[in-house]
Amino acid sequence: MDKSLRKYFPLFALPALLCFTVSFLIPMVWGAVLSFCSFSTITNAEFVGLSNYVRAFTIDNYFTSALLFTLAFTVVTVITINILAFALALMLTRGIPCTNAFRTIFFMPNLIGGIILGWIWQMIINGFLAYYEKTLLSDSIYGFWGLVILMNWQNVGYMMVIYIAAIQNIPEDMLEAAMIDGANGRTTLFRIIIPSVMPSITICLFLTTTNGFKLYDQNLALTNGAPNHGTEMLALNIFNTFYSRVGFEGVGQAKAVLFTILVALIALMQLYFTRSKEVES
Amino acid sequence: MKKALSIMLLSILALSLFASGSKEEGTEIYFLNYKPEIAEVYENEVKPAFEAENPGYVLKVVTAASNQYQTTLRSELAKSDPPVIFQVNGPVGIQENVDNVAPMQDMDFYALLADKSMALSLDGNVVAVPYAVEGFGIIYNDAIMRAYFALPDKAVSITSAEEITDFETLKAVVEDMTAHKDELGIQGVFASTSFAPGSEWRWTTHLINPALQAEFGDRATVFSSPTFDFAYNENFRAIFDLYLDNSVTAKGLVASKADADSMAEFALGQCAMVQNGNWAAAQILGQAGVKVAEEDIKFLPLYMGLEGEKNKGLNIGTENYLSINRNASSEAIEGADVFLTWLYSSETGKKLVSQSLLFITPFSSFSADEMPDDPLARQVNLWMNKDGITSVDWVFQGIPSEQWKADFAQAMLEYINGRNSWDDVVSTAQSAWAREAEIAGR
Repeated sequence: MDKSLRKYFPLFALPALLCFTVSFLIPMVWGAVLSFCSFSTITNAEFVGLSNYVRAFTIDNYFTSALLFTLAFTVVTVITINILAFALALMLTRGIPCTNAFRTIFFMPNLIGGIILGWIWQMIINGFLAYYEKTLLSDSIYGFWGLVILMNWQNVGYMMVIYIAAIQNIPEDMLEAAMIDGANGRTTLFRIIIPSVMPSITICLFLTTTNGFKLYDQNLALTNGAPNHGTEMLALNIFNTFYSRVGFEGVGQAKAVLFTILVALIALMQLYFTRSKEVES
Repeated sequence: MKKALSIMLLSILALSLFASGSKEEGTEIYFLNYKPEIAEVYENEVKPAFEAENPGYVLKVVTAASNQYQTTLRSELAKSDPPVIFQVNGPVGIQENVDNVAPMQDMDFYALLADKSMALSLDGNVVAVPYAVEGFGIIYNDAIMRAYFALPDKAVSITSAEEITDFETLKAVVEDMTAHKDELGIQGVFASTSFAPGSEWRWTTHLINPALQAEFGDRATVFSSPTFDFAYNENFRAIFDLYLDNSVTAKGLVASKADADSMAEFALGQCAMVQNGNWAAAQILGQAGVKVAEEDIKFLPLYMGLEGEKNKGLNIGTENYLSINRNASSEAIEGADVFLTWLYSSETGKKLVSQSLLFITPFSSFSADEMPDDPLARQVNLWMNKDGITSVDWVFQGIPSEQWKADFAQAMLEYINGRNSWDDVVSTAQSAWAREAEIAGR
């Protein structure tokens, strides 16, 4: 078995490896190279050193403000999405009637694409704010909370499914033992349930953090960064940098490289810290 | 069983190979269209007519979304099957595509151009040829204006919209109309000052044009200027405020309105005026439930209290230049010439241009009676030939970058939101211009 596995490994793995190289590895390396170049199409690049990275911060302060906005947004959504999703998961594992119907309904927003969601919520929020003669673009604070609401609406259902699966996997006898020992609901939650679902919490935190950082289409459709770049997130800023001026493709690329490094660092760090809290069941 | 399965898999593989092998015959001419409002005309009328008369060619028309042309163009140009005909919006557009524009002086299409000085050159080569002359100003609904001038208690002495020849009169009329809006059956005099993302272009390019022209004079000066004083900002502000204060839409809500909404409001008779150009004729008349009659759609120039504006007409010019991609295959480039020459000189082509695409063209192949037959094109023609009136050229082509327009738009939006003073708008316009001009190497 081992021998034939070794023999046929290249044959079976090669197509996937090829695809991975062509569509991921090469573009990524080439993208990093381009961030040190001045170019308009990927074939006429000219090496310019670090100037793109310097310009990314010096030409205007939109990149830094997008970074702060994205950070604030990610912190808020990670907390709200996970708390809401966990609460829903707890409620929907108690055997109340119509559990499956509720689970389906909560999950459904996740099946709608980001652009459409952006439009839907733009209409809802603008319709609501119209009462006060304001719109989403009147103040960046509306855009911020609009995005938070949208993101929650889209992601709570998905995270809920992960939490439900985890909660259902907690051995019944553990909960029973806790009950017999006289643990109240609160103790059960914090001493039994949460430690047992820690692997899922790791996954959900990881997903929500990276989703928050990478958010683009919802941002584009809801506010497009307006007013005055007040709701522009990192991904949108990178896109706008790339296309709004002549000769700024390299700067956009440099921002994209910084963005990748940042997201990777944060995700790895957070993975490391939550992993250490996981318990073996 | 296993054998059957493998035969099945093999046949699927073979099928998919064959499927990808078959392709449409002929040389493909890929045209990246700039104007979404006439995308359907290209697809449903121009393409079939061209292919029927020119076997051996396949026309592929892709239309970029509103305000996304540069973005779309750049990504399309990087592909292995790039567009061969694309649009540039003037000298700035040429600079952005310096590696892609091909010399056009030997093409039949260029030979059609009546006034050769209208074409744009780069290093001694003709690289962009205009295909449509357009005019913009304030479009008004004459039926509503007549109703207003028939009111017994109107506050102005003039008796028709044609007598409005300066900003003061315009302002007096507009403000009095707002006072009478219920009697006139309108929700506001002006259509929404659209500020939804992507709909700010009517202000950042068009409304600024007379102010740019007053400050700089001509296109070349705008294009080479490293700074912008915005000397006529008070004039700009005067008309901008007039739009905002006498609008269908409350000031706080303009950010939810797209330019299409504004045109719909005008078409449905909810307002009397809207600032736009003759290209909007199709949009107005094509609106479902259109209430405004064709003969009532007329133009007023953009009056904002500038010196000598009594003698100034509509803003007439073009930012519609076609360029040929020099990196496309030579067959495709040849095909592009065939297509453009066909469109602007053959009988079928000319008919499509004047009746469906509704372009006022600068080509010698068109006679005077082959002008488009829509009300706004007729108005542009009328204004161009009025005695004692000179048109304002489209000098806004010299704006240093898209980023300037974006920054200026956002500054105006914050002014509307009440979070910016007008001085902030002016200083943004100045500082962004200086920054962008420096980046552009002025």
